[in-house]
Amino acid sequence: MPERSTAPEPVIRARGLTKRFGAFTAVDGVDFDVAPGEAFGFLGPNGAGKTSTMRMIGTVSPVTAGELTVFGLDPARQGAQIRSRLGVVPQADTLDNELSVLENLVIYGRYFDLSWTESRRRATELLEFVQLTERSGDKVEPLSGGMKRRLVIARSLINEPSLLLLDEPTTGLDPQARHLLWDRLYRLKQRGVTLCLTTHYMDEAEQLCDRLVVMDRARIVAEGSPRQLIDRYVTREVLELRFGRAEGETDDSAFLDGQLEGLAERIEQLPDRILVYTADGEAAAAAAYERGLRPASILVRRSSLEDVFLRLTGRSLVE
Amino acid sequence: MTAVALRRARPGAIASRRSLRILEHDLLVFRRGWHSYLLSGLSQPFLYLVAMGVGLGMYVNRSGSLPGGVPYLDYIAPALLVTQAMMAGASEATWPIMGKIEWDKTYHAALNTPVGALDLLVGDLMWIGFRATLLSVLFLVVIVVLGAATSPLVVLAVPVAVLTALAFAAPIIAFTATQTGDGGFNALFRFGITPLFLFSGTFFPIEKLPLFLQPLAWITPLYHGVAAARSLSLGQVEPVGLTVHVAALAAVVIAGLAAARITFRRRLVV
Repeated sequence: MPERSTAPEPVIRARGLTKRFGAFTAVDGVDFDVAPGEAFGFLGPNGAGKTSTMRMIGTVSPVTAGELTVFGLDPARQGAQIRSRLGVVPQADTLDNELSVLENLVIYGRYFDLSWTESRRRATELLEFVQLTERSGDKVEPLSGGMKRRLVIARSLINEPSLLLLDEPTTGLDPQARHLLWDRLYRLKQRGVTLCLTTHYMDEAEQLCDRLVVMDRARIVAEGSPRQLIDRYVTREVLELRFGRAEGETDDSAFLDGQLEGLAERIEQLPDRILVYTADGEAAAAAAYERGLRPASILVRRSSLEDVFLRLTGRSLVE
Repeated sequence: MTAVALRRARPGAIASRRSLRILEHDLLVFRRGWHSYLLSGLSQPFLYLVAMGVGLGMYVNRSGSLPGGVPYLDYIAPALLVTQAMMAGASEATWPIMGKIEWDKTYHAALNTPVGALDLLVGDLMWIGFRATLLSVLFLVVIVVLGAATSPLVVLAVPVAVLTALAFAAPIIAFTATQTGDGGFNALFRFGITPLFLFSGTFFPIEKLPLFLQPLAWITPLYHGVAAARSLSLGQVEPVGLTVHVAALAAVVIAGLAAARITFRRRLVV
């Protein structure tokens, strides 16, 4: 957990931060602080305004209104200075297909004014860190998605940044590749690098983030640690009920008819299942059975950020 | 480590010295394929000059209708030198730039570093200038080997060719930054570059064009590049004419840069 008591100057500070593209408002007056050494996340569905927020922090997209400082500096006037201390893992890989794996890193180091020798030294070290040393002379094109992602992370570290911005770092990767990435990010965090990431995967947010904000439709709708958010907005457990459907039926309402009344604090009806929010899932399942309900499948699980999101927005995170 | 660099990256400057980093990038890519550049840089001029200058020239010379009885090879050699530079400038300003903006998005990667949008523009134009220089020098070598130049001033045709390449590259790069796909490029070459190649006094004097088309030739940069290079190569320099040609080319480069500065910002800083 970050040391908030000494209240160090935030690495990122946003007040009423707004981004508009013509008549469309992508980010609508958001407030947040990111403390040094913290892993901070933006959780939300596609189109919530996460990427626009990240691009403003990265100083590549001008702020429309509100305040934003990064390292205490002004993105509009001190963009290059901010970027020299920033590592960025964009949503698209943006690797250079005309260069080798190693060259991709070395030239990137040159953009930060590193000498060729120093850039090469760091590049070699970083390829080791992301386990791509064997591919260093290869072209980028044939690398797998996970390898490319790791290479982009290595590239973002060439200037030894104190703040790393990651926009959906593991989208589209298989579970194994994701875990390897998470491990590398965890190690960076151990070294004191501040992480700021967006994701629409709740497990990623839970794994990586000390603290996060939930974004929906350009606004921040909740803020806290993953545990705090779950405690605040949902029950400890969830009972998931699935019913076999008869021909022509589109939802489970026919089965319900108020039969779950009083069983739970809250009931959420999704197209394919019913979520029963309760402190004790097993007890609720037994009670439902006693009332004569015969679901096709029953699952009791702990509440997750997915449930928080559903509660806050009435919609699922990944559709 | 970057304190000095940061002080220089002030807003409002046309570009910082970081544009040199972008040139370095392009040279790094070039290093991988320099042999093929060299090979085609020598073989293309040779083939063109032999086929058109020597082969076709036999028939043209027989009619003896070129001004001053100049051999056809000597007439078209400097023109082809300049058109080749134009082609290089135009093509480097289209597909490769589109790739960096839209397909591979490597510009976006560079923009996450202290490099700015104008550094990308200036750096890549420097690369185009370098490439045009290289090709023009190779072309000059072939011209000299084939004895297609009358005056030693022909070496000055190289900077004229490079200026012509940039006079195409700068406005075209501005256009490229407004495009989302490469559909416009085919039209640009079909209806812009190819007609220019054929009708800018390259293969025959523009005085042979229908009267109403002649003023059109005067406003195209290729005409000025060809006329200037030819006067140098044939040793028939008119100081005023040469100055006008070079000034016309420089004006197009500057106008193109100004336009590209706007379109690059609009495209990359959103």
